[in-house]
Amino acid sequence: MNKTRFSSSAAIAGVLALSFLGGGMALAQEGRDPAYAAARSAGQVGEQKDGYLGVIGSQPAAIQAMVRDINNRRRAIYTDKAAGKSTIEEYAFATACRLISQTKPGEKYQAADGSWKTRDSGAPDRDARCP
Amino acid sequence: MNPLQLTGSAPAATNPAMMSRIRGLARRFDSRSGGRTVCAVMMMAGFGSVLSGCVNVTAPDKPIVIELNINIRQEVIYRLSQDAENTIKENEGVF
Repeated sequence: MNKTRFSSSAAIAGVLALSFLGGGMALAQEGRDPAYAAARSAGQVGEQKDGYLGVIGSQPAAIQAMVRDINNRRRAIYTDKAAGKSTIEEYAFATACRLISQTKPGEKYQAADGSWKTRDSGAPDRDARCP
Repeated sequence: MNPLQLTGSAPAATNPAMMSRIRGLARRFDSRSGGRTVCAVMMMAGFGSVLSGCVNVTAPDKPIVIELNINIRQEVIYRLSQDAENTIKENEGVF
């Protein structure tokens, strides 16, 4: 009796610990959809120099649809944020400069000459107009 | 044809007297229409020479691309940099 009570409380503690862990992991990856995160690290999509996401090479329709959706949302954000400050293109470009700097090694980005590059440990090859 | 013949500034004919005035105008143009002869000569010289006097407008087969990058002003990019950073942080799922 005593033994079973112990094991059940241990199980509850385990479940609690797991849920905390899960919550912590979800917080670390905040918002980024797992499919999107996977496509990024697999180099199927990359950061363009105009502030939008690009599909690299030929990818499944699901990836293309995901990129279109993300880009629509980005455009909405750029449009909203640029209001009264700059053109949408300028705001998107300024964001791209930051986004390319923030790419992780292994992720793809569009270099100043327009080609796709894989981010390494060094500084990315950004457009000369980036701050 | 001389455009004046068609769209002359004279008021619209409303009585016979005015009609005769318009006819007179038309006659005057006919009698001194050297332009018509030149036109006929050009026609005879061949279709090519007539065409050479035209402005040909051909639609391009490729879509017209407007390079928007030229509109990006560097000082604006500098000013927006921090703002852009905040936007990225606020919308992590999209970036």
